[in-house]
Amino acid sequence: MNTEIKNNTEVMKPPIASIGLVGWLRKNLFSSVSNTILTLIGIYLLYSIIPPFISWAFIDANFVGTTKQECSKDGACWIFIKENLKLIFYGLYPSEELWRINTMYFILLICGIYILIPNLKYKGWVGSFLLILFPILSVVMFSGGMGLETVETRLWGGLFLTLVIAGVGIVLSLPIGVMLALGRRSKLPVVSLLSTIFIEIWRGVPLITVLFMASNMFPLFMPEGVNFDKLIRALIGVMFFSAAYLAEVVRGGLQAMPKGQYEAAQATGLSYWRMMGLVILPQSLKMVIPAIIGSFIAIFKDTTLVLVIGLFDFLGIIQFVGTNPEWLGFSHEGYVFAAVIFWIFCFSMSRYSQRLEKKLDTGR
Amino acid sequence: MQGRDLSLNNILFNRSVQGIFYQIVTLALVILAVIYIVDNTARNMVARGLASGFEFLGVEAQFDIQMTLIEYSPTSTYFDSFIVGLLNTLLVAGLGIFVATIVGFTIGIARLSSNWLIAKLAEAYIEVLRNLPLLLQIFFWYFAVLRALPKPKQSLELFDSFFLNNRGLFIPDPIFGEGGTLILYSFIAAIIISIGIAVWSRQRQNKTGQTFPVFSSSVGLIILFVFLSLFATGFPVTFDYPELKGFNFKGGIKLIPELVALTFALSMYTASFIAEVVRAGIQAVSLGQTEAARSLGLNQGQILRLVIIPQALRVIVPPLTNQYLNLTKNSSLAAAIAYPDLVLVFAGTALMQTGQAIEIIGMVMGVYLLLSLLTSIIMNLFNRFMRVAER
Repeated sequence: MNTEIKNNTEVMKPPIASIGLVGWLRKNLFSSVSNTILTLIGIYLLYSIIPPFISWAFIDANFVGTTKQECSKDGACWIFIKENLKLIFYGLYPSEELWRINTMYFILLICGIYILIPNLKYKGWVGSFLLILFPILSVVMFSGGMGLETVETRLWGGLFLTLVIAGVGIVLSLPIGVMLALGRRSKLPVVSLLSTIFIEIWRGVPLITVLFMASNMFPLFMPEGVNFDKLIRALIGVMFFSAAYLAEVVRGGLQAMPKGQYEAAQATGLSYWRMMGLVILPQSLKMVIPAIIGSFIAIFKDTTLVLVIGLFDFLGIIQFVGTNPEWLGFSHEGYVFAAVIFWIFCFSMSRYSQRLEKKLDTGR
Repeated sequence: MQGRDLSLNNILFNRSVQGIFYQIVTLALVILAVIYIVDNTARNMVARGLASGFEFLGVEAQFDIQMTLIEYSPTSTYFDSFIVGLLNTLLVAGLGIFVATIVGFTIGIARLSSNWLIAKLAEAYIEVLRNLPLLLQIFFWYFAVLRALPKPKQSLELFDSFFLNNRGLFIPDPIFGEGGTLILYSFIAAIIISIGIAVWSRQRQNKTGQTFPVFSSSVGLIILFVFLSLFATGFPVTFDYPELKGFNFKGGIKLIPELVALTFALSMYTASFIAEVVRAGIQAVSLGQTEAARSLGLNQGQILRLVIIPQALRVIVPPLTNQYLNLTKNSSLAAAIAYPDLVLVFAGTALMQTGQAIEIIGMVMGVYLLLSLLTSIIMNLFNRFMRVAER
């Protein structure tokens, strides 16, 4: 019977309007009257944003030259960015010492690539180097000492300062955050209460007030004669602030651990610290890596706030360069440039964390 | 039974003894640190001749504030400036939350649209805005958009009554003449009657199963009442329109550019987060729920109202309130474009004049802490109320 049917019927092709490009368009863009209207509105939106932007940023833009006079009025003046590039990337850091920053960038880049390549050995060692030795090395390289010329922190600025603040924010706050999370989950009431109060106070206030506090109140807290510079005060503020947020992220990981893991660790006779260090933390930290990257993105974006206490980070220096009488009226170019750089950093980090999340989600 | 082993070893390695020991050590360290800081602070304040205490709150502030919601002049006290700053913060937070909710829900729903282009546009909006620092966005709106607007003479206008220029946004100011209160009363009466109808319809539905169009009848009732009272009193509402006088507009309500830029930036930024919250909430309701509701014979509106929205809201509301709280805290970035909020007025100007850093920053942080605390209390109540009744 089957063969008979096969022989007698010709296979009919689906109607032309339901396959291929036409079918896709019908299904996804023009399936009903209201959908068609929405599509047209969308096309109009794109049309009114994209072509003018492209002609401003590329076609009518000025790339060649060194002064403002060489810029025509109708397009972007990228000369402004080009001429101030050193300021935007490094602040007032002395030109002859720039190799110090670049060397550290290079080391960071190499280590970063090494970690990102899958299936390589000794990743743990590279990671620990980045988290422990690299920061110490950076302090020496950036600020001077050990034969290097001292560079005062008031000369630091631009993207370099942004990366320093964000880096310190994450590297120093991670251990504090882990301790706070353990403290909050502790069975000892005093420890848990103190950790909770600490976490909730920092999480409850905006970063700006923390920075104001760091710049106005920290000097009062220290014994007479001890004077921190502005950058270190801001760093302490950022560190405590992000530690509180990381503590909550880590606590999430601790809570997600099945109780059996704790019980098994205790049954093998491990002490509290060994249980945490050898069994619980390695697993729960791995689980929350994507969320930790999420807080890193938040810290990275928040570093822009340091300009309210007079530090010139990436955005701060762009704002500052824009007020230079020689380069007045180019704020658009500055903001667009800052937006592109910030966006590349944040978006790639968030995509990486999403990929990691999928990879780490091995299912139970 | 053996007697309890009281040897030294046993006491030293006893878990609860160790616990008490650790707690005492922690507490002692914290107390020592606090004493150290307080002692240093007291010495420093004496050395610098700084006053302490809250007496300064009653002293004349001697500075002016660009925008005040209450009566304020340079002769007002520091406490008045605190209140002015607080109200300005609450104003921009309220406006921001209102706009961010509308935009966020729209974008979040658009993100799930079956229309490919609309969904992609919504996704692009979300990915661009939430990966840019808020401060950059505030600078953009303030310096690149609002400051670049035309002068008052060439304002952008809408219906001859809304004007946007580099001095701010000017909107008509409604003025209620005689009989204006009657409209308010009739509006309230209509709402009370609508609530009555809702209660009655629910009772009737429980008894007989018949439904009653509560929503449309309430809307009709409110419109009817308001119009009737408008007619009865002879339209006592007039508008004070902003008018160009000389170089600037007079009359109407003026929203300063700082407020407009801040509201814009805060709400657009937060909307990108709210959109993701909304999307997650809607996706959390499984398709089976819609199918089950349809097979019960509910129509599309009922499915949304009775099945999807209540379940989605349970997922949406907690992170949504969190976003509202974030927006309120982020409104402190006002200081960067000189919108006179709590941080700029009190932690900025007042702090600079009095030098009483501890009291002032303590008060400002206290306000934000109180807001967070209130939010989390409300959230806990909501969670208790909305908890799934488990069998």
